Amino acid sequence: MEDEIYNAQNTGDFSCDVEYAYDSGYGLNHATVDYISDAKGEEAWLREFRHKALDVFFSKDLPGWFLHDDVKAMNFDKIRYYLANSKEIKQTWDDVPDKIKETFERLGVPENERKFLAGVEAQFDSEAAYSRIRDALRECGVVFVDSAVGLKDYFHIFRKFFATVVPVTDNKFSALNSAVFSGGSFIYVPAGVKVEQPLQAYFRINSENFGQFERTLIVVGEGAEVTYLEGCTAPRFDSSNLHSAVVELVALSGAKIQYITVQNWSNSVYNLVTKRAIAHADADIRWIDCNIGSKLTTKYPAIILKGERAHGEVLSIAVASSGQQQDTGAKMIHLANNTRSNITSKSVSIRDGVATYRGLVKTAPGLSGCKNKTCCDAMLLNSESKTATYPKIQAIGGGNRIEHEASVSRIDGEQIFYMMQRGITKKHAISLSVNGFINDLVREFPMEYSVELRRLIDLETENSIG
Amino acid sequence: MSVLDIRKLTVSVESKTVLCEFSLIIPSGEVHALMGPNGAGKSSLANTIAGHPHYKIESGDILFDGKSVIGLSPDERARLGIFLSFQHPAELSGVSVANFIRAAIQARSDGHISATEFYKQLYECMDLLHMDRSFTSRSMNVGFSGGEKKRFEILQMLMLRPTCILLDEIDSGLDIDALKIVAEGFNSLRGGGISALVITHYGRLLRHIVPDVVHIIENGRITRSGDLELVDSLEEGGYQNVKT
Repeated sequence: MEDEIYNAQNTGDFSCDVEYAYDSGYGLNHATVDYISDAKGEEAWLREFRHKALDVFFSKDLPGWFLHDDVKAMNFDKIRYYLANSKEIKQTWDDVPDKIKETFERLGVPENERKFLAGVEAQFDSEAAYSRIRDALRECGVVFVDSAVGLKDYFHIFRKFFATVVPVTDNKFSALNSAVFSGGSFIYVPAGVKVEQPLQAYFRINSENFGQFERTLIVVGEGAEVTYLEGCTAPRFDSSNLHSAVVELVALSGAKIQYITVQNWSNSVYNLVTKRAIAHADADIRWIDCNIGSKLTTKYPAIILKGERAHGEVLSIAVASSGQQQDTGAKMIHLANNTRSNITSKSVSIRDGVATYRGLVKTAPGLSGCKNKTCCDAMLLNSESKTATYPKIQAIGGGNRIEHEASVSRIDGEQIFYMMQRGITKKHAISLSVNGFINDLVREFPMEYSVELRRLIDLETENSIG
Repeated sequence: MSVLDIRKLTVSVESKTVLCEFSLIIPSGEVHALMGPNGAGKSSLANTIAGHPHYKIESGDILFDGKSVIGLSPDERARLGIFLSFQHPAELSGVSVANFIRAAIQARSDGHISATEFYKQLYECMDLLHMDRSFTSRSMNVGFSGGEKKRFEILQMLMLRPTCILLDEIDSGLDIDALKIVAEGFNSLRGGGISALVITHYGRLLRHIVPDVVHIIENGRITRSGDLELVDSLEEGGYQNVKT
């Protein structure tokens, strides 16, 4: 039984020996950028884009708002920025090299693809190993490829939106990603096409002292709809891994995008991600973000509500276990009349875990009819657990309504005693309380994910018992 | 068999003695009432039997069916059949009534129950207690009135079918109609194989749940035991009137 728990708790904690045909070596300089650009056979404009981004990265200070000492002390020269077994992306699992295929099989990716997904991309370190979308969708003009293929085969759409939602200069880590990005997804859904089943990307880190910098761009045409799922795991190393993605979403008029993340990196990964979306008129964007893993996560999915009546929502679950810091939140920027947004954040801190909510709600001057509702609830399981909330609201002028609610709760001894008096074990009592706390958000995940999510959260809460 | 046998039990809370060489035997099938002034040790006794971690046993023993329960965790005692109806039931936000009661049933070794069978039993018990079925999806005790909370304690008791029942002021916060319903719920379980301790301040509860024996507790020990007449003299002249 104990072995079972150990194995389950470490679902992603295994690695395989893979020979890397491409290895940029340790450290980051202009030669690293050239190495990546050469390896990927890129055009001159993109090479120049990367070099400029690297200069921005060097010139920018670390953002002041996340004050984790480990990040300040991070040595960017002790990381490898590009590792690829091969640049060939396979369309059937049988063609994927055995060790990499076995890795994804252990993580259940092909199984889920058969069960409920409309398309899958599986990235192994820097490059995608597998990518496939159902024929019926391809025939409707839906594109789901990795970023390099997107740049090559769908250049005009890609170039039009690339780095427009998250500019290179946005922050130090968006500049870093722009300089060394590799992998990630490019999705294009033509106007009016509704993709019923989710598309999924799975990001796997296999090597130590490695940084994964995928770049995802999703463009959804007028009235079209898509749901995108991303999962991620890594083995646990003594040294650190860096994961710094940039994700850009564009929802044209009346489009709907749902972007779901289950982040379960091992505790040696620094997860410093920039995610932002633009919603045009009547568009609807939802980030559903669950952070269970990593040593430190800083992630504040943002939605720019650019067109009238656009709607944005962020649902965020964070579980900070021992030694972890989950610094998460959301940003809603209202730029048009009658735009609405909702933020619901729930965090659970276990042992000395630290969960922080940072939010920004902003309305441009002169707008009316904008609404935001934010609810942040935090639960503390142990006396040494920590939580903090830093909401920022900038609303100029009247005619808009912005609400913010926050609460902190702990499971008290009387609740546990009450449940135990009914015959329920202490472990199960804590699990019931935690699940009760986050249940309404977990329900928003697809069924296959919510079962997994509950199981992962149960395993984490078991650590709260001495 | 479900004999509750408390032997010379001395209990302290934060180094204050709350029970002092307290002894009591409740044979299987009997209902005993325990009355006494505020702070006499009534709730302390119930909580100690249930295994509340704040109550420290200094000496003595608690035997259930001839075996000591001291050293067993609260959930282990509950699974032996000991049920405490709380004076102030805890609120469990996000944990629905149905899920909670089902989890409690399934915690038992023989506790497997299909969803259909579970809801059938649950609805039967709720009907008996005149409870609205829509409550099953609400969070346990959250936003419930005092009276509703007490009904849910009895509902859990009916569903879990314990063999040793401790009712801690089940009558507080109940109007007379609710009191009758709650008492009927208890009486439906009463009989062979169940021992029960009914803690109350008021004789009116004992007109609906008629005890076999009445005990008076003061300063952590039983000062008098008798039948219902003891309750009458208590209600006439207060605790002064029943001094030995």
